[in-house]
Amino acid sequence: MVDTLSFYIFALMALGGGVMTITRRNAVHSALWLIVSLLGAAGLFLLRGAEFLFAAQIVLYIGGVVLLILYVVMLVNLDETARARQFNKQWWIALACVAVVGAEIAFVMKRGLGALALPGVAAVAPTGEGNTERVADVLFSEYMLPFEIASLLLLVAVVGAVVMAKKRV
Amino acid sequence: MPASLFPPYEDLLRILPEIVLTIAGTLVMVLEPALRPERKRLLGGIAIAGLLVALWGTAVANLFRGPAFHQMVVVDGFATFFRALVIVVGILAVLCSIHYLQRERPDSGEYYALVLFSVVGQSVMAAANELIMIFIGLEISSIATYVLAGYLRDDRRNNESAIKYFLLGSFATAFLLYGIAWIYGAAGTTNLVEIRRVLSTPELAPPRFLVGVSAALMFVGFAFKVSAAPFQVWAPDVYQGAPAPVTAFMSAGPKAAAFAIFLRVYMTAFEPISNRWEPVVWLSALATMFVGNFAALLQNNIKRLLAYSSIAHAGYVMVAVSAHSEIGTAAAMFYLAAYAFMNVGAFAVVTHFARQGEKYVDVDDLAGLGHRQPVTAALFSIFLLSLIGIPLTGGFFGKFYIFKAALEAKLYWLTVIGLLNSAVAAYYYLRILVVMYFHEPGEAAQTVSPVAPGVKIALWASAAGTLLLGIFPSVILDFADRSAALMK
Repeated sequence: MVDTLSFYIFALMALGGGVMTITRRNAVHSALWLIVSLLGAAGLFLLRGAEFLFAAQIVLYIGGVVLLILYVVMLVNLDETARARQFNKQWWIALACVAVVGAEIAFVMKRGLGALALPGVAAVAPTGEGNTERVADVLFSEYMLPFEIASLLLLVAVVGAVVMAKKRV
Repeated sequence: MPASLFPPYEDLLRILPEIVLTIAGTLVMVLEPALRPERKRLLGGIAIAGLLVALWGTAVANLFRGPAFHQMVVVDGFATFFRALVIVVGILAVLCSIHYLQRERPDSGEYYALVLFSVVGQSVMAAANELIMIFIGLEISSIATYVLAGYLRDDRRNNESAIKYFLLGSFATAFLLYGIAWIYGAAGTTNLVEIRRVLSTPELAPPRFLVGVSAALMFVGFAFKVSAAPFQVWAPDVYQGAPAPVTAFMSAGPKAAAFAIFLRVYMTAFEPISNRWEPVVWLSALATMFVGNFAALLQNNIKRLLAYSSIAHAGYVMVAVSAHSEIGTAAAMFYLAAYAFMNVGAFAVVTHFARQGEKYVDVDDLAGLGHRQPVTAALFSIFLLSLIGIPLTGGFFGKFYIFKAALEAKLYWLTVIGLLNSAVAAYYYLRILVVMYFHEPGEAAQTVSPVAPGVKIALWASAAGTLLLGIFPSVILDFADRSAALMK
């Protein structure tokens, strides 16, 4: 009961926050609503017993990414963006498309619900270790190479951003 | 708990090319501020040295065949082939770039570092045996290439090229990632061999529907990266706007690596559902050949023309993919090698001829090049004849093996249409030859300067590669044949 209730609360936060994010004209408000949306997603992770993802979501996304967005927002001229023409004149066409796709998905899901059941996926048996330990174990043994190579990906992105953005090369 | 976190030495040797290239790229960036501006060309030399050592590293890694790092990567003939190919493309691209960068603006080291990192990404893709590795490799390669496409920031065409490539490329990568998520949800693993095992075991097999969605989403991502129809729209604009040596690089290296993962994913993981994806690839191959060849007929800008021709060539390789056999895989590998040499060669000529600010990039500007610089024109002719598919060039045997594989797979219509397309393609390549040899030298040809040493080496090396593949195709083909059996 509590679980179900919290699920709906968190889901509402995630979706409502998302909708508010893209509809606010003021960029600061958008960023703040994004925090609400991400908090909702973090809560959903917690409900599923993924504490690590919950913490990472809050520390990285809310603490890091959204704060960065806020800094950027502070550096650009907000008044001008608020007055600028927005590229969403055709929102009602998009809404119609989304409604059609949504109806399609609902229909397919209803018709083929049986086909979506996954065989062979048993519930993960609870072990003594917490979720965070298990993530760490897998990350630093099995997935060590991708983990290390991802740092190269970040390096390339940083170098690329600097090359594109710095004033004088 | 694992006893030791330090991987065994064999595993490290299996990723030797990536290690060498990463060190070289970092070295370039560290040395960059220490060098005086007039000595910056040294960095190009370091990049080439790093690539050559990495080529040797590929050969060393090839001695230690087998999976490494918990099956994350696998060193087999296929991986070695594509690693060597992308490294060679990297060398040729750097050779073309040294003079170009000096001409367009003060040489800066990040360019070479980005080329090296991009090659690391492609090399990871070539050896990846895991969807996560494939994704990370693809992103490293792509992000570095996005930046290279817009490297001359003050040039508006560069900006257009980079922003289009970046936005559309990110969108396509999202499709790929979404497909990976679906297959992980359905099969419970991201390892290609494991996915294949799950899909081909009836008790474990997830619903076809889920697998099909995943295969379709990943097809969108891959088709974009290889510029196959209907996801080819970005290619002409991006190839035209990017600096000519970068176009040479990205039309060969990233494309070959993208085909490598395309082949590996569809020939191993999705092999059990091949009867479902074959028609899609078939249709895409057909559309790609038509779009590329017929649009190229109308182009006057030579970079744009070569961009459409590169789309058409992706179509021929798609024919080999849809043949869905080891012969088809070997044919695709051979074709990509031949294509890399002839295409990089052609773009090297464009790099040389375009001059400051890429002023002369129209087909008509080439008028009379045959009289002014007979050697350059002759080398260009070799590349163009190879792109047409004339015997004694790599392009001929490439097409020959692809259509042979298609016939053996009973793809008769695709073969016929492919051959007809090659005939159409001959028209626009021959037009360049006619302009070059039979038109009076225009202003552009009158003022052409001698070929820069780096470009000269790249030209001769590409021509040598093209002719080698055309006269002794068995050198590469035997290796490709032996390597086409992927780990399953």
